Amino acid sequence: MQLERRAGRRLVAGIPALWLAVFFLVPFLIVLKISFSEAQLAIPPYAPLFSWAHGLPVPRIHLSSYAYLFTNPLYLRSYLYSIMVAAVSTLFCLAVGYPMAYAIARAEEAWRSFLLMLIVLPFWTSFLLRVYAWIGLLQNDGLINNILLRIGLLHHPVTLLQTDFSLYVGIVYSYLPFMILPLYANLEKHDPALLEAAADLGARPFTIFLRVTLPQSLPGIAAGSLLVFIPVVGEYVIPTLLGRTDQIMIGRMLSDEFFDNRDWPVASGVAILILLLLVVPIVLLQRVERRQLEREGLEAEA
Amino acid sequence: MNAQPSTAPEPVPPYVRLQAVSKKFGDFLAVDAVSLEIRRGEIFCLLGGSGSGKTTLLRLLAGFETPSAGRIYIDGEDMSAVPPYERPVNMMFQSYALFPHMTVERNVAFGVEQEGLGRLEVRRRVEQILEIVQMSPYVGRKPHQLSGGQRQRVALARALAKRPKLLLLDEPLAALDRKLRERTQFELLNIQERLGVTFIVVTHDQGEAMTLATRMGVMDRGRIAQVGTPAQIYESPVNRFVADFIGSVNLMEGRVAARCDRDLTIRCEPFGCTVRAARCVECATGDTVWAAIRPEKIVLASEEMPDEALGDNRVRGKVREVAYMGDVSICLVEIDSGKTVRVTLPNRAGLAAQRDLRHAPVTLSWDAASPVILTR
Amino acid sequence: MRRTGLFSRTTLVLGLAFLYVPIVSMIVYSFNNSRLVTVWDAAHSPTLKWYGVLFSDGEVLDAAWLSLRVAICAATVSTVLGTLAGTALARFGLFRGRALLVGMTTAPIVMPEVISGLSLLLLFVALEQAIGWPRGMGALTITLAHISFCMAYVTVVVQSRLAGFDESLEEAAQDLGARPAKVFWRITLPLILPAVLAGWLLAFTLSWDDLVISQFVAGPGSSTLPMVIFSKVRLGVSPDVNALATLMVSVVASGVVVATVWMRHRQRRRERDAQLAAAANL
Repeated sequence: MQLERRAGRRLVAGIPALWLAVFFLVPFLIVLKISFSEAQLAIPPYAPLFSWAHGLPVPRIHLSSYAYLFTNPLYLRSYLYSIMVAAVSTLFCLAVGYPMAYAIARAEEAWRSFLLMLIVLPFWTSFLLRVYAWIGLLQNDGLINNILLRIGLLHHPVTLLQTDFSLYVGIVYSYLPFMILPLYANLEKHDPALLEAAADLGARPFTIFLRVTLPQSLPGIAAGSLLVFIPVVGEYVIPTLLGRTDQIMIGRMLSDEFFDNRDWPVASGVAILILLLLVVPIVLLQRVERRQLEREGLEAEA
Repeated sequence: MNAQPSTAPEPVPPYVRLQAVSKKFGDFLAVDAVSLEIRRGEIFCLLGGSGSGKTTLLRLLAGFETPSAGRIYIDGEDMSAVPPYERPVNMMFQSYALFPHMTVERNVAFGVEQEGLGRLEVRRRVEQILEIVQMSPYVGRKPHQLSGGQRQRVALARALAKRPKLLLLDEPLAALDRKLRERTQFELLNIQERLGVTFIVVTHDQGEAMTLATRMGVMDRGRIAQVGTPAQIYESPVNRFVADFIGSVNLMEGRVAARCDRDLTIRCEPFGCTVRAARCVECATGDTVWAAIRPEKIVLASEEMPDEALGDNRVRGKVREVAYMGDVSICLVEIDSGKTVRVTLPNRAGLAAQRDLRHAPVTLSWDAASPVILTR
Repeated sequence: MRRTGLFSRTTLVLGLAFLYVPIVSMIVYSFNNSRLVTVWDAAHSPTLKWYGVLFSDGEVLDAAWLSLRVAICAATVSTVLGTLAGTALARFGLFRGRALLVGMTTAPIVMPEVISGLSLLLLFVALEQAIGWPRGMGALTITLAHISFCMAYVTVVVQSRLAGFDESLEEAAQDLGARPAKVFWRITLPLILPAVLAGWLLAFTLSWDDLVISQFVAGPGSSTLPMVIFSKVRLGVSPDVNALATLMVSVVASGVVVATVWMRHRQRRRERDAQLAAAANL
């Protein structure tokens, strides 16, 4: 009987694990492999990692794609630019998202679910279309310029599209819910008695916020920031539609190498470098989320 | 169920037998080589603090955990490797674990349905058991539409509907308020008697254990410290843990000064007194022992006595605190050595008399039969 | 307390405006007669002209049909797989390989899409070389790729729902004689059904929306709706995209509003029941 149970469990965990191994883990090994091979004009356009001589495999590991990436300042710049964009966007999202999450968590019960729905609603609608909407607003003869011209604040339209400004607007706009939701989940659980206790002990509102609310919300801040930072580093759509043309981000770089230059080893090398950059944040995020789950589990038990 | 030819003196085999059962979670030894025998028709209470291993022991019996070592027999059959859904045992969960998406009726019927009985039979059994727990008017309700006490009854009915020979109850009354708890205790006893089921009850509440149990086991850090009837455990605890855990007790450390047949004389240096006890204990002169005296067995006399008049089981002191509890009052008496002794007084004289006691010089005395002498 | 409240409330209102102004402007301009998005042709607006253009565009319709099929398949398969994974993670304790499964189910959520897309394409190419399957890129490869990342979301949703439920419910069912498979069908699945449905909807939306991964694994013949939109948008603003956006937003918005109202209604009813039960106890 124990056997039957164990077999059942193995099946339940095994099927999804097998799927993910084939469609998630193995692909990365392939990317890793190709990043070490040499480009060649063939289909597929890379040389095999081993060649066969006298029945034995001879490794043909090439570091050429990495050498290329590290010696070409274009890549290094794009790499650093991506990190900067991701970091700045995370800060903007936090600056806008924290007060919003705080206001929702403090709102009256009846309002809370409605406000939350308003935050989540855009998330369920097409990401691409929402980014596209900003083109209509930001372009030279777009809504914003038109309004500013009409009310006389401007005499000539300013270039808003394809600047860092439009890039950040697009990113903050798209990723704001990712910041607000974990923050709200955290802030909503705070015991209001703590605030009353702090006030009772003579702390002023701002002190209470700094010394009680803020430290308690650090896990929410961490989760939200990581949920924004990690995907933004490799963001492709927003920089392509709204970003600068003279400075591209690393995700776009990867795509261009792959589709335009058909250089699979270099594209794979870029992917590996992005992953290396993201390993630490991803591990951190998993730790934050695991703690969250454990805490919820404990609360459910209690 | 086959009636065995009972040759008169042969003892009844235990219904549940645990043989050196241990359970490890990682490095933590939750249950440590517990051996235990429980007879048919008993209400056996496992009493212990949190982390004492009592719930793990219950889960081992139910089959949710498999023992790391040892064997579990129920009705003579080795259950160690039998999964929960094939054991002749049912459990009532502390959280009640009522299925929230099913009505009372479906909840209670769930177990009976697994036996492959006909629809009518299932229905009859559900009606019958709901009648017993007085929940018949609520068959159509869902768990969230019931009060705490009603949920408790449904949980009990669900566990009993399968007519188990052995029912495991995990803190069955913990979620009820005090009034309801007392009433339910007696109902549980009533139902147990009516159905003749063997109960194993886990509880952290000693009052509950005392009321319910025919026998009880006190657990401490994964081990069974003592097994016995409630009276045995209260009157003759085997060690300091049990003495202290059940009720309150004054523990006086001392050395055996003299031993004469059943009579022991113990010199309690830190308390500055000598305790005489008429108890059979395995000890020799010079051994360190502890005299355990229940607060209600100490007599408090308010008049001052001359030194000479003090016998062996007498000591003088001053009342420090009096806590009025209604039915009794608890006095903390500082004896001459500076140690504090706890005494309970039945409340015959009323509040005013108790108040006067504060700071009064008093004499404490007790019978030689009252102290229990503990070597561990 | 007041001042922080005022500040955060102001930010909330401005933030919500920030979230909704672009969507509203898209909706308004979808009824504009002018080809220039920026000029409101007051004489001939509002008009449904662009909706007509949209529905006579064969490319858009084909792409929408492909996206719909892919999204339904991907959502269904990923819901099954994600439910299994979520159950394993929430209920099987510390089994061997748990950490790996956790890693593999959470990483796709944050993985930059370009990397997922590239790695899956390389996998399909390698598979085709090695075993001749899948034959070329198309609907099948898109669906397979979508399943993998959608499944991660379903897993999280199901797992957190299960974490909120007392495991003793399943133990009680076993104790009452139900075998593990039966426990799953009669107890676990009904309890997590709302999460499973939510997971399916989420997976459907993600698949329906995905651009980057599809671009990598789509191959030349097949274009999903986001791919068609993207190529239109890269050429500049076009009013029929506004019409499309309006349609999609209204479908989603009405769905979410209905769901929220229904859930609130249920919540209220439960609370009232609980109050009645408590009152009956007195």
